Amino acid sequence: MAMKNDDSFNRAKGISLKVEDRDANKSDVALKVVIYIICIFLTLLSILPFWIMFVNATRSTTQIQGTAVSLIPSTYLMNNFKILTSKSFNPFRGFLNSLIISSCSTVLAVYFSSLTAYAQVVYEWKLRNAFFSFIMAVMMIPTQISMIGFFQMVYKMGLTNNYLLLILPSIQAPQMVFFMRQYLQPALPLEIVQSARIDGAKEFFIFNRIVLPIMKPAIATQAIFSFVGSWNNLFTPMILLSKTDLYTMPIMVSLLRGDIYRTEFGSIYLGLTLTVLPLIIVYIFLSKYIIAGVALGSVKG
Amino acid sequence: MKRKSSYAKYGYIFSIPFFIAWLVFMLYPICYTLLIGFTDLKGVGNTNFNILWDDLFKNYKFVLSTPSFKTALVNTVIIWLCNFVPQIILALLLTAWFTDKRCTIKGQGFFKVIFYMPNIITAATVAILFNQFFAYPKGVVNDIMVGLGIFKDNVNMLNNGTVARGIIVFIQTWMWYGYTSIVMISGVLGISPELFEAAEVDGANRWQTFFRITIPCIKTVLLFTLVTSMIGGLQMFDIPKLFLDGGPDNATITTSVFIYNQAFAGSYFYNRASAASVIMFIIISILSIIMFYMLRDKDEVALRKLIRQQEKAYKRKQKGL
Repeated sequence: MAMKNDDSFNRAKGISLKVEDRDANKSDVALKVVIYIICIFLTLLSILPFWIMFVNATRSTTQIQGTAVSLIPSTYLMNNFKILTSKSFNPFRGFLNSLIISSCSTVLAVYFSSLTAYAQVVYEWKLRNAFFSFIMAVMMIPTQISMIGFFQMVYKMGLTNNYLLLILPSIQAPQMVFFMRQYLQPALPLEIVQSARIDGAKEFFIFNRIVLPIMKPAIATQAIFSFVGSWNNLFTPMILLSKTDLYTMPIMVSLLRGDIYRTEFGSIYLGLTLTVLPLIIVYIFLSKYIIAGVALGSVKG
Repeated sequence: MKRKSSYAKYGYIFSIPFFIAWLVFMLYPICYTLLIGFTDLKGVGNTNFNILWDDLFKNYKFVLSTPSFKTALVNTVIIWLCNFVPQIILALLLTAWFTDKRCTIKGQGFFKVIFYMPNIITAATVAILFNQFFAYPKGVVNDIMVGLGIFKDNVNMLNNGTVARGIIVFIQTWMWYGYTSIVMISGVLGISPELFEAAEVDGANRWQTFFRITIPCIKTVLLFTLVTSMIGGLQMFDIPKLFLDGGPDNATITTSVFIYNQAFAGSYFYNRASAASVIMFIIISILSIIMFYMLRDKDEVALRKLIRQQEKAYKRKQKGL
């Protein structure tokens, strides 16, 4: 490792000597080498844990107990899968359940947040500014403090083990309203709304057919974050769902920690892999938008 | 005028779904939590309660005097601080490197994507994955440590509270530094390039540019990161719950885990969990308000100072003319 770095350092130095300002560039190159080394180290740190997990998912328990670290896959994938699914872990069920909950709550969150933001941008109403201050204030409330009351309320109504209570709360997503408003304010020409009104369009029609398409880029990024957030949520499903048929992916994962799989290391790694795989695939395709979304949120926030 | 007011009603109509959902799913549960904190509500599946009129703050007194709540509170703050500080240092370093115009780093897009990746992975999965890595007697980390000759023999690291806490700190840092970096880099990219050009013309070196121009310009972004990280960090649940379930010996218990364990395990003390939630809410609110107050004040003071200076300079100029 050290040799290699020296090598690239010397090579880089050779290039830099051609440039006019030699002293300044020498330190620049040294800094650059340090930066690249650290970045490559961090890259390995991000990838290796998942790679070890993928590989161990294909290895037998005896292999893992022999040497826990291996970078080369083995052939016990099917065997691990049989052991995994023979017990309480049902990856397909969990995947489907998570998909249902996450999709529905994402659609609701995106639609109603856009609607609320639209009301902020287009209409002149008395309480508009007050309502915006309200949204800003509500944004800061930590959700977990409401959880005991939420559980008691749901339990009283007899609606535990019902997905509705995991989906409907996403109608109120103050962060998303805030983001949508910031996006809509410069992006929406009011003339479009006015000319649509002259043509006789109803307000809901204008929002659904004209404004929503304009908001597509913002909706896309917010939908990704809403979906991932809902998919990864552990706390709420854990307190509301008690039927195994209804378990979401994160609850399935939490089963891997119990006594059921105590020594079946290969199966545990496979179970973990199955929960990570959909996310990584989605991430590979959408990373560009996700990174852009993270960056955008910060500037506006 | 008449037309305008006829459209104004849509402002209300379109905001109603949000507001109703907020009332039902946020305000009511919060008030209900507050109420339960003053009652004797406990026991699995129980929804009937009596308000403790003779000793209204009984649950609060209990929670505040329980050693495990104090441990949880201290742990939560320690874990948050210990992951926030290295996270922000690393993020600032990466920001300085990635936005330095004098030496461009190639592959920035790739690095950002990779650094952010742990953040989108289910926290529950990450917790159990790391639990497996640190398994004893045969685990990935033990294997590596023995292979490198750092450990003579396999060690049960998770038995040690400090090490366990350290691992949670590491996981949190690992999951969040990418996010923080991207947020800050985009903050810096939003600064007018003329400022940097002017600094270069004036002969400012890297350090001066970074500390005198970059940092002051991204102050709001820093505050945003600080506050969101704090609100999220003080509610930390998934990782401490699934990594070691608060163990060993409550060394990794956080307030959220404490609340969960009070309400949904053992004797199902919904009342005590509610009291703990309210205490947590008060703490988070106070800290947020302090942070906002501190920064807002400083900014305004600085701005006023600047305006005054400019006024003086302007007057001097006029006199000179």
